[in-house]
Amino acid sequence: MSKTLFDKVWDRHVIRKIEGGPDVLFIDRHLIHEVTSPVAFLGLKSRGIKVLYPERTFATADHNTPTINQHLPVADPLSANQLNALEANSKEYGISYWGLGHQKNGIVHVVGPEYGITQPGATIVCGDSHTSTHGAFGAIAFGIGTSEVEMVLATQCIMQPKPKKMRINVTGKLGKGVTPKDVALFIISQLTTSGATGYFVEYAGEVFENMTMEGRMTVCNLSIEMGARGGMIAPDETTINYVKGREFSPKGEAWDKALAYYQTLKTDADAVFDKEFTFDGSKIEPMITYGTNPGMGLGISNEIPDASHVEGGVATYEKSLGYMGFHEGESMIGKKVDYVFVGSCTNGRIEDFRAFTSLVKGKRKAEDVTVWLVPGSHIVEQQIKDEGLLDILTEAGFSLRQPGCSACLAMNDDKVPAGKYAVSTSNRNFEGRQGPGARTMLASPLVAAAAAVTGKITDPRTLIEELV
Amino acid sequence: MAYDKFTILRSSAVPLPIENIDTDQIIPARFLKATERVGFGDNLFRDWRYNADNTPKKDFALNNPIYSGKILVGGKNFGSGSSREHAAWAIYDYGFRCVISSFFADIFKNNCLNIGVLPVQVSAEFAEKIFAAIHANPNTEIEVNLPEQTVTLLSTGEKESFDISHYKKDNLMNGFDDIDYLLSMKKEIGEFAEQLPL
Repeated sequence: MSKTLFDKVWDRHVIRKIEGGPDVLFIDRHLIHEVTSPVAFLGLKSRGIKVLYPERTFATADHNTPTINQHLPVADPLSANQLNALEANSKEYGISYWGLGHQKNGIVHVVGPEYGITQPGATIVCGDSHTSTHGAFGAIAFGIGTSEVEMVLATQCIMQPKPKKMRINVTGKLGKGVTPKDVALFIISQLTTSGATGYFVEYAGEVFENMTMEGRMTVCNLSIEMGARGGMIAPDETTINYVKGREFSPKGEAWDKALAYYQTLKTDADAVFDKEFTFDGSKIEPMITYGTNPGMGLGISNEIPDASHVEGGVATYEKSLGYMGFHEGESMIGKKVDYVFVGSCTNGRIEDFRAFTSLVKGKRKAEDVTVWLVPGSHIVEQQIKDEGLLDILTEAGFSLRQPGCSACLAMNDDKVPAGKYAVSTSNRNFEGRQGPGARTMLASPLVAAAAAVTGKITDPRTLIEELV
Repeated sequence: MAYDKFTILRSSAVPLPIENIDTDQIIPARFLKATERVGFGDNLFRDWRYNADNTPKKDFALNNPIYSGKILVGGKNFGSGSSREHAAWAIYDYGFRCVISSFFADIFKNNCLNIGVLPVQVSAEFAEKIFAAIHANPNTEIEVNLPEQTVTLLSTGEKESFDISHYKKDNLMNGFDDIDYLLSMKKEIGEFAEQLPL
C-alpha cells in the first residue's frame, strides 16, 4: 500500500496497536530541559524506577537561563533551583547534561540538530511544543506533556493515536526579502491557529526544496502554531549534507545503513493525504502579525482586517485588537516599535543573523529601540563572530547576548514591559507571552532588522538593494 | 501521579466564552519554575485574574462569586500553544475536573487525559446552549457522564454525546495511567529497541 513519509516513519516505530486506543510508539531520541522534566523525575522516584535508556536522552538548560553574565550564579532563586534540579537528575540517571556554561548549552531545538541528535526518519520528543522543529530532517518530532516525559524516561515509549495527514505545497520562487518565516506565517494566516489541529503536516514543493536546513527548521518549528502536532520535510541532499559527520550522527558502516534508510523517506507518488493545500510562493510578502495568536498575520503592506473578514467571534477579535492597541483598517507600516528580539528556536540560527546583519549593515540602530540579539547556541554565537557579522553589528550600534530562550517566553530576565511593542522573530504573540502586558508582533529577521534601524514597522524591501 | 477516578460529575460551571485560550493564559511561563507539582491552581489564569498589583480583576469569571463548580466551559480551540502540562495541573489544582469546549488543542487534551481532567468536546451549537444556560442561570447544573459518554444540561434535559477512546475512558474510570501499561511491556520494548539502534 502506498505510504506517506509520515506513515513510513510512524509505522516503523509502532510496537503495539491498542484496540480502541492509541499506538504504542517507540521513541529514538528524547530531549529534556529544566522546565518540563523535574516533576517527571519525581514520578520515576516515587515509582522506584530508572531511566530505561539514558543514552537516548539528552538534557540542556535553556528556558530559565540568563542571556548576559552566564559565568555568574543565576540570580533568581526559583530559576536556579530548577536548573540545579536538571543537573542533579541528569547526574543521578546518567543522562548527558549540557548546562549553563557548557560549550554545548543552548536552545534544545537548536543544539539537537547541531550535534546530530536529530536524524532523518527518527522519532524525537521533548516536553516542548516546538519539538516540531526537528521534522525539518524528515523525523517525526513533537512536543509532549510532563506525564509523557515521565513515560518516555521510564519506557522509551509513548502512547499516541495516529494523527491524520496533511500536505502543504508551496510552489514557485519566493520574492525578494521573503524568508522561511514569512512562508510559515503566511501558511498559518491561511489555515488559522487551529487549522491543522489533529494533523501531522508534510511540507512539499519547490519553495521547501530550495530552503536551507535552517529555513526548513523555521518552517517546521511553527507547525504547532496552526495546531499541527508536527510538520516534516522529506530528507534530500541538503539534509544529508547537514547531518553527515556530526557528533551523534551514525558513523562508518552504521552511516551507510542509515543512509540507505534515509533514501526511502519520501511520500509514494500515489499516497493519499486527508487534507491538502497548495499555495503560490511568489505571492507571499514579508509578513507581520497584528493580533494575539500567530494566525493573525498579514502581508506587511496590508491593513488590519475588519472583524467581519476574520474567522471566529467578534468579541474574541475585539479583545485581541484591544490588547494590542490596534484598530480595524489601520496600516501596520509606520507603527512604533519599542523592542526588537531576534532569537528563539524559531529564528536563532546563523542564517537569521546573516539576514539581520545584511540589512543593518552600514546603518544605525534607531535610538529609542531596545534590541536583543540572542543566538540559539554557542555554535551560532561563534559563527556570528567568525563570519565577521559581529563587527558589522557592533559598528551599527548592536550587541550580542548569550544563548538561551530569552525574550520568547518571559520566563527568564528578558521581558518586554507592559504596553510596549516588540517585533519578535520568535513564535508566539499571545497576550503576555513576552511579559505581562507586552505587545508582540511576530516577523522575520529582515522585518526585525528594518524595525531596529527605523524604530517603526518598515517594509524591509524598501531598505536594501541586495538581499540575502 | 494518582488522580481521583472519574465517573459521573454533576456540577455548575464557570464560563469563559473566549476563543483560542492558549496555555500561556492558563498559566504564564513565569509560574512554571516549581520542581514539584504543588500550588499551580493559585496562578490559574493569573494575568486575566489579577491586576499587576495582585488585586483581583472583578470582571473575570473566576473572580465572580455567581460562578462556581467543577466544570470549566471554554471557547473554541481551548488550550492551544505551549505543551506545558502545568496548564492542566493548574486547572485540576484549582478544583476543575472537566473542561468543555467545542474544540481542543491536541497536546492540552492529551495532558488533561493523562492527569484526570476530562476534556469534553461538544458541537459548537451545544457549546452555545451551555453558555446561554449559564448566562440565564449561573447555578445551572451540567451532568458529565463518562460511562455513557454524554453531557446533559440538567435544566432542559438537552443532551449530547462525546468521543473518547475506550482505552482512555477505562484509564480515567479506574485511575490508571499509561506508565503502568507500558511497564508491563518492558520485554517487548527491549527487543524492539535492539532493532532500532541509535
